[in-house]
Amino acid sequence: MPEPRSLLDKVWDAHAVRTLRSGQTQLFIDTHLVHEVTSPQAFGMLRDLGLKVLMPERTFATVDHIVPTHTRVEPFEDPMAAEMIAHLRRNVAEHGIAFFDVGSGRQGIVHMVGPELGLTQPGTTIACGDSHTSTHGAFGAIAFGIGTTQVRDVLATQTLALSKPKLRRIEVNGTLGPGVYAKDVILHIIRTLGVKGGVGYAYEYAGDVFDRMTMEERMTVCNMSIEGGARFGYVQPDATTVAYLRGRPYAPQGADWDAAVERWLAFRSDPGCRYDDVVEIRAEDVPPTVTWGINPGQAVAIDECVPRPEDVPPGERQAVEEALAHMQLEGGQPIAGTPVDVAFLGSCTNARLSDFVAVAEVLAGRRVHPRVKAIAVPGSEHVKSECERLGIDRVLKAAGFEWRAAGCSMCLAMNPDKLVGDQLCASSSNRNFKGRQGSPTGRTVLMSPVMVAAAAVTGVVTDAREVFGVGREVVA
Amino acid sequence: MSAFEPVIRVTGTGVAVCGDDIDTDRIIPARFLKCVTFDELGEGLFYDERFAPDGTLKGHPLDRPACAGASVLVTGANFGCGSSREHAPQSLVRAGFRAVVAGSFAEIFFGNATNIGLACVRLAPDDLADLTARVQADPTLPVTVDLEAMRVEAGDRGYAAAMPDSARTALITGTYDPLAELLEGLPQVRATALALGHEVPS
Repeated sequence: MPEPRSLLDKVWDAHAVRTLRSGQTQLFIDTHLVHEVTSPQAFGMLRDLGLKVLMPERTFATVDHIVPTHTRVEPFEDPMAAEMIAHLRRNVAEHGIAFFDVGSGRQGIVHMVGPELGLTQPGTTIACGDSHTSTHGAFGAIAFGIGTTQVRDVLATQTLALSKPKLRRIEVNGTLGPGVYAKDVILHIIRTLGVKGGVGYAYEYAGDVFDRMTMEERMTVCNMSIEGGARFGYVQPDATTVAYLRGRPYAPQGADWDAAVERWLAFRSDPGCRYDDVVEIRAEDVPPTVTWGINPGQAVAIDECVPRPEDVPPGERQAVEEALAHMQLEGGQPIAGTPVDVAFLGSCTNARLSDFVAVAEVLAGRRVHPRVKAIAVPGSEHVKSECERLGIDRVLKAAGFEWRAAGCSMCLAMNPDKLVGDQLCASSSNRNFKGRQGSPTGRTVLMSPVMVAAAAVTGVVTDAREVFGVGREVVA
Repeated sequence: MSAFEPVIRVTGTGVAVCGDDIDTDRIIPARFLKCVTFDELGEGLFYDERFAPDGTLKGHPLDRPACAGASVLVTGANFGCGSSREHAPQSLVRAGFRAVVAGSFAEIFFGNATNIGLACVRLAPDDLADLTARVQADPTLPVTVDLEAMRVEAGDRGYAAAMPDSARTALITGTYDPLAELLEGLPQVRATALALGHEVPS
């Protein structure tokens, strides 16, 4: 009997080219994704070294971080944004790299584009100069963020020098309560294990909660693995994965399809394989969760109070004080009722079709609170057109949301979408770091898209279950 | 392929930037990522921590006159968490830092930093607190990060440091930029690609 192996073991072994002198592995990267912000220097280094792209057909590029979402008319107002996009256009043309440009129908946040096009496949290795590359783990891929020097390494050699992480299985079993979403599951995991809990680990998300999740929900979970310190996390490929991929432009077709499915499913972790750690969480214990502080682990249930510095261990007191000061919150106050200035629906965490469908269902016939600026930014041109085909954009606009073009937008505020001053944003994104949304004093409260909708309507951080009667019998 | 200077010992003065979970958005805010080279990034280092919106200094440790020229950053646990932006270690290097001594490092930051020759070592919590206090008390105190001995020396005090062997070896032997060795493996890369079912142009 061969030793039972995890998906991580199998993918790692299949992609290990050789062991380097440092002891690290030279790991083959099947799919390399590129965007405009972390790639120009890498192409520049390649040019300086006189190297070419080794396997241009394995790299795919789009623009997402810096592209404006309020207009698609070029030249863009920001000359530096225009220059970075021009650099990418020149680089992909020079090296023969597939490029999903604005207006192609395939542009979008790089972590939405890969899955939509069927580029993201089980058992593959995927790298991108963006930490949220962990999103692709939803398909049973080993997918992780890299720096720009490593982008150069992939371009030049299609490999990276890496150390294999330890593996932690996070099992969530049971039934999620009404009004509890995938976003709440991952926020709860990060709150439980901490923002450094995953350093040195890969996360294998398992249990019947993940088994029942759609691919879009699994992507939301895997997306935030990095916020828990784990460079990547994955869900085992199954029938849901296979059904999602069937017919996508880059998915295998015809006779190749059946062979691919067989190969993909064989990457599943073997029963009895070894884990370095196992964590079990009851689905019933996961509440609608929101952050109160300045990292994604500083989170509470929507009906809880924010911590008081004196309630936490002495080593954490200073961090709590710093977070409370930045957020302008008093220790011990309920998080619910905190006034909101901006509502942001978007980002690679929660800007997929299902997110906008869920929001449109609760927003129909409601209005955004007069104090709140509300923007909805589909993650991709594909999601945008699907929403428009289904009339979801009309529901959002009627409620008072601005309906934008696809991009990263206010998640990291490299384009004109930014908080102003100390505005507080109810956000479906992934990071509540100080200054993250474009203003050094801006404040971010992370939550699920339906909770963002509830905050937009009421003007305060609030329990969507109460505002919308989520989970109660709704008369159609 | 140019050879790289081995990084065996870094000696200089230190500056303490206290706190755990200092993320890369804080190290270099996203607006400074609008660039096509890394050359100017030193100016953006910890920018919003150092400057008020009106451009006045907020009194950050980096701006203490006595800390000018420091080359060893002393900080807390999980340093460099968040975004994968290599701009974070690039901005530290361009601002003159050659080593970071922390409680621990976020993984992507650690890889990005050591790949460009920035020495990153961990200290045990009590030792880190002691070093932090000494550096704060005396910004002129010489601090040495010794990767061969795996020690941090500060004046008459020394501490055992830790770092993964692979990164330590790479820094000491000047092979921290992995590209040359990755290129040596290209014949095997092609073989692996073929075994994975990819078409490989000859």
